[in-house]
Amino acid sequence: MVALVVFLPLLAAAIAGFFGRAIGDRGAQIVTCGALVLSAAFGILVFRDVMGQSAPQVQTLVTWIAAGGVDVAWSLRLDTLSGVMILVVTIVSAMVHIYSIGYMAHDHSIPRFMAYLSLFTFFMLMLVTANDFVQMFFGWEGVGLCSYLLIGFWYDRDTADAAAIKAFVVNRIGDFGFALGIFAVFVIFGSLDFETVFGKAPAATHEVMNFLGWQVPALTLACILLFVGAMGKSAQLGLHTWLPDAMEGPTPVSALIHAATMVTAGVYMVARLSPMFEYAPGALAMVGVIGGTTCMFAASIGMAQNDIKRVIAYSTCSQLGYMFFAAGVSAYGAAMFHLFTHAFFKALLFLCAGSVIHAMSGEQDMRRMGGLWNKIPITYVLMWIGSLSLAGIPFFSGYFSKDSILAAAWASGTAVGRYSFCLGVFTAFLTAFYSWRLLIMTFHGTSRADHETQHHIHESPWVMLLPLFVLAAGAIFVGYFAAPYFIGEDRVAFWKQAILVLPAHDSLAAMEHNSTFIDLLPLIAGVTGIALAYICYIVRPGIPAEMAMRFRALYLFLLNKWYFDELYDRLFVRSAFSLGDGLWKTGDGTIIDGLGPDGIAAATRELAREASRLQTGYVYHYAFAMLIGVVALITWYLIPR
Amino acid sequence: MTIGLAHYLTVAAILFTLGIFGIFLNRKNVIIILMSIELMLLAVNINFVAFSVVLNDLVGQVFAMFVLTVAAAEAAIGLAILLVYFRNRGTIRVEDIRMMRG
Amino acid sequence: MILPAIMFYLFAALAIASGVMVVSARNPVHSVLFLILAFFNAAGLFVLMGAEFLAMILIIVYVGAVAVLFLFVVMMLDIDFAQLRSGAARYLPIGALIGFILLAELIFVFGSWVIVPNVAGVAAAPLPTGAHFTNTRALGDLLYTRYVFAFQMAGMVLLVAMIGAIVLTLRHRVGTRRQVIADQLGRVRNQTVEVVKAPVGAGVAD
Repeated sequence: MVALVVFLPLLAAAIAGFFGRAIGDRGAQIVTCGALVLSAAFGILVFRDVMGQSAPQVQTLVTWIAAGGVDVAWSLRLDTLSGVMILVVTIVSAMVHIYSIGYMAHDHSIPRFMAYLSLFTFFMLMLVTANDFVQMFFGWEGVGLCSYLLIGFWYDRDTADAAAIKAFVVNRIGDFGFALGIFAVFVIFGSLDFETVFGKAPAATHEVMNFLGWQVPALTLACILLFVGAMGKSAQLGLHTWLPDAMEGPTPVSALIHAATMVTAGVYMVARLSPMFEYAPGALAMVGVIGGTTCMFAASIGMAQNDIKRVIAYSTCSQLGYMFFAAGVSAYGAAMFHLFTHAFFKALLFLCAGSVIHAMSGEQDMRRMGGLWNKIPITYVLMWIGSLSLAGIPFFSGYFSKDSILAAAWASGTAVGRYSFCLGVFTAFLTAFYSWRLLIMTFHGTSRADHETQHHIHESPWVMLLPLFVLAAGAIFVGYFAAPYFIGEDRVAFWKQAILVLPAHDSLAAMEHNSTFIDLLPLIAGVTGIALAYICYIVRPGIPAEMAMRFRALYLFLLNKWYFDELYDRLFVRSAFSLGDGLWKTGDGTIIDGLGPDGIAAATRELAREASRLQTGYVYHYAFAMLIGVVALITWYLIPR
Repeated sequence: MTIGLAHYLTVAAILFTLGIFGIFLNRKNVIIILMSIELMLLAVNINFVAFSVVLNDLVGQVFAMFVLTVAAAEAAIGLAILLVYFRNRGTIRVEDIRMMRG
Repeated sequence: MILPAIMFYLFAALAIASGVMVVSARNPVHSVLFLILAFFNAAGLFVLMGAEFLAMILIIVYVGAVAVLFLFVVMMLDIDFAQLRSGAARYLPIGALIGFILLAELIFVFGSWVIVPNVAGVAAAPLPTGAHFTNTRALGDLLYTRYVFAFQMAGMVLLVAMIGAIVLTLRHRVGTRRQVIADQLGRVRNQTVEVVKAPVGAGVAD
């Protein structure tokens, strides 16, 4: 059954990709959506099976590599963690597929788009059902590839091409770290199979490894390197620059890949490798610090952005920070829970934004929107639901997951935990603020769009709204019903062996002992944020502009994303370009081509030309040459030896 | 003084060198080349006869006769070729004969 | 003894001078004439050496046939007087150098020439002694006996040369009518005679 779930999307991608022209747009849509819906249905059945089984099931398909100590097979691992991920990936992917039927209806290459979406789903499923590092890496690379293909889907746009390359290159840096991590794992444990590695992890806690001349704790090093990979994939601080630019792709892509699934692969990886991370406290601390810093950093930028999709993108980056610092305090259950709920409400937010963009005939700048609430009411209500969930208002899904993360962070008692808690609460305030800023700027007030656009504003068709309803249902109800299993009393029975939490680090258990003030702090922060947004954008609309002018430097700092792009440009991009230019023009052109083919060809031509000048056509020249030869011969023989 | 072998050989050497000069120092026409060849053959004949007398061996003179014969034949053919060339090209000036230029 | 020496120097000087003039005369006819002079002087040298038959043959064949042939061709071709060209000076230095080297080497070789002591034994055809043995007779004795094959071959060479010269230069004159005897003999009646019924007094139309 798991095999069906994983390979149906691949089959659909192959059919739509290779035979798209034959079966036509409608055919491609039917094939891919049908396959994905089937896959989602099977995914739900698989999840039910997982709840029933007592130990992880591994289904080996075929041996892949069996060489020099590396023994790796294509296999599908089914335990709670992969079951949860399968559920998330298939359901959200199916919804996005159906939504794309409506959103991309006027595009020229529908089969290609649907094929890429299904291909991505296949790779993501391979990633989450991997039973060893190499298959996970295969899925990892595959989703990176599909991300590149989909961001640059409209390849005749220069910005899209550049964004796609940027995404791929930054991901690559992360992947390099991941690869080094895999090598380290192999060196330490001698195997790449999860079961073997997890079994040996406790014993390897005190091993030391030589890295660039220093002696470092081996397990910590491996975990840090693996986490670098997660940083790249999940756009954490330092390797985050690709995520906002990834909004060049179509909105369904942003919803599926850059909100619900690919970016969460990093979180999944850390949770999956919890048996290793638990024994490497240094790595966990790093995860926590980076997660906490990212979540505040991204939220601060999100406040100043004007493009509706970029605000939501930075929101994603920030929420991923939450998930990571939850993992950093060993609250893997909370991290996964937030991943689960976040998938629903973030996908909902993105698809609603897509709805807005669709209604506004392609306009994405919030400064040119406004006054839409009565024109597209369904989208408006759905956006409210998503925002409420994001901000962590009680009863909505986000409340349960986000609050559990913050509570666990405080309860862990470590410095990293407390640091993350403070940043997390501040970020909750910022999150609420920019979410309502988005809502108000987009839907309220008088319309700032031009007449032509205003005339065309219309609600989205049913094929686009139906998936939104499903996601909204998830955003509302999933939190309440799943909380006991993910983070509550039933969590041990739920997760079984999928996640390891050492008793010393069990922050989810310690959560019970938090004071009520700590428990309520996130909620207070959220409500304050909403109130501030209301004041700034409805009651006294002049405040934002005045603040921007008063604190101009700070405003520009936030608007320009903390100047990270400029920094990287100066540090890395320029030097890389000039190195490339130098190697190309001088190294390749002058030296290699000059000494090699071009040089040799030119030298041959010159030599031939000079040699041909000997052939003057005058017989007496030839005779003269013969004579010189004769004289030389005679001289040679006359010289006494 | 007694005219010995060396004298005759010297004369032959000078004539030979003159013939060689004639081949590649001429700027005029191709007939000079043919005549230079005849000069060279003459020099060789003098050599043969001189040695034949000194070594008391008649074969040298027999060979000189054969050289004479072949020289005559070669002159005839050479001139025939020259004639035909002149008919086709209209000139036997040395500067103009450079069709084999590479 | 003095007379042969004088004659030798005279003939040698004239031969060398003629050789120089052959190469450097402006008028090509003059070149040929100087060539003839060179041949004459060389014949004189031969006589001095005692090979009078060869000397006469030289004059008859070389001068009488080859040089005259040269003259014919020079007259036949419309050769201009050679203009003095400045290009001659370009090769002169190097040519002189090469020539000088060659000459020096030749003389050097001849100067150090040592004749094998028992050369009398290795002579292939010793000069016959005796007063009645003229050069002609000696040559004849040798040529028609031991070297008759080479003699015949020389004849073949001359024959081939003659045929070759004709083949190269013969031009058929256009427009001449020749008789083809085979056609004449192979004529049949109906190509020549035609019987025409002509009414009386009407004549035959063409």
